[in-house]
Amino acid sequence: MRKPIGVLALQGDVREHRATFERLGVETIEVKHASQLNEIRGLVLPGGESTVIEKLSKIYGLFEPIREAIANGLPAFGTCAGLIMLANKIEDAIAGQEGFGGLDAVVRRNAFGHQVDSFEADLAFSGIEGSVHAAFIRAPLIESVGVGVEVVSSLPGGGIVGVRQGNLLGISFHPEVTGEDRIHALFDDMCA
Amino acid sequence: MSETQSNNSVTGSSLVKRGLAEMLKGGVIMDVVTPEQAKIAEDAGAVAVMALERVPADIRAQGGVARMSDPDMIDGIIEAVSIPVMAKARIGHFVEAQILEALKVDYIDESEVLSPADYVNHIDKWKFKVPFVCGATNLGEALRRITEGAAMIRSKGEAGTGDVSEATKHIRTISSEIRALASKNEDELYVAAKELQAPFELVREVARTGKLPVVLFTAGGVATPADAALMMQLGADGVFVGSGIFKSGNPIERAKAIVKATTFYNDPEILAQVSRGLGEAMVGINVNDIPAPHRLADRGW
Repeated sequence: MRKPIGVLALQGDVREHRATFERLGVETIEVKHASQLNEIRGLVLPGGESTVIEKLSKIYGLFEPIREAIANGLPAFGTCAGLIMLANKIEDAIAGQEGFGGLDAVVRRNAFGHQVDSFEADLAFSGIEGSVHAAFIRAPLIESVGVGVEVVSSLPGGGIVGVRQGNLLGISFHPEVTGEDRIHALFDDMCA
Repeated sequence: MSETQSNNSVTGSSLVKRGLAEMLKGGVIMDVVTPEQAKIAEDAGAVAVMALERVPADIRAQGGVARMSDPDMIDGIIEAVSIPVMAKARIGHFVEAQILEALKVDYIDESEVLSPADYVNHIDKWKFKVPFVCGATNLGEALRRITEGAAMIRSKGEAGTGDVSEATKHIRTISSEIRALASKNEDELYVAAKELQAPFELVREVARTGKLPVVLFTAGGVATPADAALMMQLGADGVFVGSGIFKSGNPIERAKAIVKATTFYNDPEILAQVSRGLGEAMVGINVNDIPAPHRLADRGW
């Protein structure tokens, strides 16, 4: 039987990610323990607060296992806080903050300012026809990427907001809150 | 609605206002009165902080009129942390809300913990780009706040008591009223809307989906990890902790423990482990010992 996709369920918009996959007919489980990493074919790192997700994953012995699983090729998809957790380098981090890493990119937290600057926009996304409707909520921005990282989405005025590197997909925004299911479908295809 | 559009992008929409609350789910929002406390809260894993001048227990003890906090103090807290910062405006005081929006707080709590500025009207929250959270003791009150533009609801409980009984009552009431609504026939929803004193369209939406259209946190009296887990097991999306942390013997450890309990609310072994070694809980006051006119949950209509 095909394994489900896991959604890291320490804090954040876990429910919206699961609902998006459910609309696509893709089975998911909530991941709260390291042992569950063997039971999934891909891992979603949801939106939320990156500082909180990092702390809780360390307290519960998930941090190193997730880092290793990603390094060993487990496909991972990060949205917003999840993108921050995937980045090899975080700008405007709190002291000592680190992510799972794996994605050769520099990501800036809260790059657009305060909540009053949060916005919705239509974007082009590589591999998806037409535009995707995106919600940026206190969102991060991808400042630079290494070789081997493909930019899959940018803001109309410039600014990288979506990247792919092998099995890793990271985006600044939340397709899971706008009813945009196609990026999740794309990730499902990445998880053999 | 206060939306602004430019270059095909929109700010201040319902989606981004409600969306921020979605990102806070499963988290703990802590009351703080200084930048130092805000930093402790962030380091302990708070998902956001509520900046205010006095925690509810002190407002209750000291009496007097409780108002919006000093802008300098709010600035200091915004400067100190990277997580969202919320601040309270008095019920109906739309100018305090304008000031908080200008200070660029991430969320405004139109709160019964402060002295109301208007005993008839709440703030018209659609006029703002910044999202609002409002308190509610029952479903009708929650739906009226959403109608006015609230992007997040918290059950009220009884702030500043450390007595969780009112929080339990309010989250149970809201949940059971939603279940009752979901079981009604379509033609019974007209009377349901009348009884809830809320708009029919919104009542029908809740009946169809079986949930509020915004995130529902709980507040007012949460003082221990077990209290936080109780709220989560009763269906809350997350927890506000006010006086419970910084009025306790060991705020750092208690803050961490409440964060863990909110994540692992369904795991009694973890709850047992995090409930150890926390020192004194806030002393607290039984809600039944508070004369009715001094109960904060009755503010708001």
